[in-house]
Amino acid sequence: MTKSTPAKYADARRTLDLDPATIRKARSLARKAGAPVVSLAKRHTTVSVERATLRLAGLEGADVEGIPWVNRLVDVVREQVGLEHGVALPVWDAMLRTNDDLITVAQKAAAGSLTFRIPEGHEASRAGKVSRAGVSAGMRRIDANRKQRDKLIGKYGNPPAPWIYLIVATGDIYEDIPQAQAAAREGADVIAVIRSTGQSLLDYVPEGATREGYAGTYATQENFRLMRAALDETSAELGRYVRLTNYASGLCMPEIASLAGLERLDMMLNDSMYGILFRDINPIRTFVDQRFSRQIHARAGIIINTGEDNYLTTADAVEAAHTVTVSQLLNEYFAKEAGLEDWQLGLGHAFEIQPDVPDSFRLELAHAMLARALFPEAPLKWMPPTKHMTGDIFKGFLHDGFFNLAGALTGQGILLVGMMTEAVVTPWLSDRDLALQNVRYVFNTAGNLHEDFRPAPDGFIARRARQVLGEAVDLLERVVDDSLLEAIGDGTFGLMKRPAHAGRGLDGVIKKASGYLNPAADLLDEGVAR
Amino acid sequence: MSASTSSAKAAKTIVRPYGDTTGDGMVQMSFTLPLPHDKKAEGAALQLAKKMGIDPAMVVHAKAMGPDFTFFVVYGSVQHLVDLRDVHVVERDYPLLSPKEVNSAVKKVLRRPLVVVGACIGTDAHTVGIDAILNIKGFAGEKGLEYYSELTVVNLGAQVSVPDLVEQARVHKADAVLVSQVVTQRDAHLHNTREMSAAFREAFPADKRPLLVIGGPRFDESMTVELGVDRIFGKGTTPGEVASYLVHSLLGERKKANRP
Repeated sequence: MTKSTPAKYADARRTLDLDPATIRKARSLARKAGAPVVSLAKRHTTVSVERATLRLAGLEGADVEGIPWVNRLVDVVREQVGLEHGVALPVWDAMLRTNDDLITVAQKAAAGSLTFRIPEGHEASRAGKVSRAGVSAGMRRIDANRKQRDKLIGKYGNPPAPWIYLIVATGDIYEDIPQAQAAAREGADVIAVIRSTGQSLLDYVPEGATREGYAGTYATQENFRLMRAALDETSAELGRYVRLTNYASGLCMPEIASLAGLERLDMMLNDSMYGILFRDINPIRTFVDQRFSRQIHARAGIIINTGEDNYLTTADAVEAAHTVTVSQLLNEYFAKEAGLEDWQLGLGHAFEIQPDVPDSFRLELAHAMLARALFPEAPLKWMPPTKHMTGDIFKGFLHDGFFNLAGALTGQGILLVGMMTEAVVTPWLSDRDLALQNVRYVFNTAGNLHEDFRPAPDGFIARRARQVLGEAVDLLERVVDDSLLEAIGDGTFGLMKRPAHAGRGLDGVIKKASGYLNPAADLLDEGVAR
Repeated sequence: MSASTSSAKAAKTIVRPYGDTTGDGMVQMSFTLPLPHDKKAEGAALQLAKKMGIDPAMVVHAKAMGPDFTFFVVYGSVQHLVDLRDVHVVERDYPLLSPKEVNSAVKKVLRRPLVVVGACIGTDAHTVGIDAILNIKGFAGEKGLEYYSELTVVNLGAQVSVPDLVEQARVHKADAVLVSQVVTQRDAHLHNTREMSAAFREAFPADKRPLLVIGGPRFDESMTVELGVDRIFGKGTTPGEVASYLVHSLLGERKKANRP
């Protein structure tokens, strides 16, 4: 896998005259804040982690009511013997006893004709062994997909940074496909299929090809497969590997991450705190799910995109600039702990300062350069203005131009293309075309301007970057003193107060017993396929 | 010069778009036709403009977007006239109050905080609108309702189900319920609003029902009766307008009800 970030921006730290000791301190504070959460995550499992395990072992499909078999099976196991030991032991024990395959066990369980137990001793080790063999099939498929991606990228090469990221969102996968292919032909390097509003709150992953969604298309294994196949076609036609993105966030992070690995998606939105803050998902549920899903992404060679841009849509982009930095550092810590490498960290940030603020462009440059300086090897995800897009499309087009220019000057790795009709309509064909013209104009005329762009060491931009870093360190110190969970409960991020004992999906969090077994987690921890 | 000015004033009930000369009727528009870019496509764009009442029309820009589509920018003079006597809008029918005036009115008349419960309902996850009105941060330089000392604000956030909203309104003894709807795909905002107002009508006797206020960028402000709500606020509404309306509507009625 090729690194996408040009080394030429690596001197941003020196340009801004950031103190290396301060940066080290910020990272060490992020580790201190995150470590207790990781250990909490390791002590728990969730219904979605257990369902993901079954999906990796190949359990697909749904019953007549559309409830996935993984949900039916996990629910029955939980009802009968609990999930404290994981789903694998009771399920593979039942398979050994009945000589049935996984789907039959699921169907029998749903019909109420199967009694589960927690095997012990020799029977437990046997069930553990076969469950590991079952799940390793999924791991091998994820590994093969990663190899296949590397092969295709080797054949076509990577596009130059920034990668142009475009969104499709019709609600109908069969409408999305031609739109995505058209967007790729128009120049998109990355296609994101926006999910249907509300999917993040479903405690199951819908099945099959779907044709109706609100403001987006459901993330399903079949939709993933169809879109990846279509983009493979288009990649071959264009001689350029077109990446596919979807969203892991929500109540089913581990499952969606697994499906993405199984169907060779290339990027996933995966933020450590987004679900907590913006979907009111229970913090513990989120951190457990997030860790498992990121381990899968690490294994699958998937680039994650984090969601710091969202904070700035609720909080003020100047006042809260340092919360973005803090979140980036936390996301980096959690990501690396889960095995992701620098090139996989599409840390998010956004151009969301109120444009009437004097010097707003200089402030944006300071924030964007700070992110570049702190994470020189990460392909940062640069998000366009949305909050202050008003319906004045002419002003919006100019605003997007400045966003693109800031992206060019600060070496952003993934550029989400801004639409002048943001806040008006879901993008039209012409909106996308105009937006891409905007990007091309800026990068054609000023793409190399960063070579000449050296903010004065004691000028406005460098001072602002140092100030934000300082505020980030102060905030991290407070977070470490209070604990991260308390900081989240106090409304530190995005002004949203989310206590650890509340929120959606809490009832799906289970404390592990001492005999807990999860073959998927073991294979991920060990980094092996069998 | 003076003659034309005075005649323009006299004819102020009839207007046409203004480009650079009174009465020139100039408009600009852009659109896409599902045609490859060629002479015929430009002719098609002109014909469309003409049918829209733009005559003469000029295709000032035409650009192929892939092999099957062409984007056009058209300028021209529109033949239609607008008669202002036939234009009907929902004008603000309440006085704008400052936060101080709102607080003192609530204190004086209600003698307890006025409770506002807000939410985005259905699958809508876009809290931008409700947050702009409720969060202390506010919108357009005005502080949100949380800033008002005599208002108690309960912001339930995104994706709240209608039964939950009704329940929370009951628990908090809401005087007013504010609902924001941004997503309009398949008229979701209209369906959700109707469902919400019906649920409140069912759950509360008419005189106990909280004031139902909805807001969103794509609502028609005159649809209150059709949607079963008390007030609709459109794009650009500020917290101060909402607070003033609440005072006008809730305290005004109370005053009336208390009369012997």
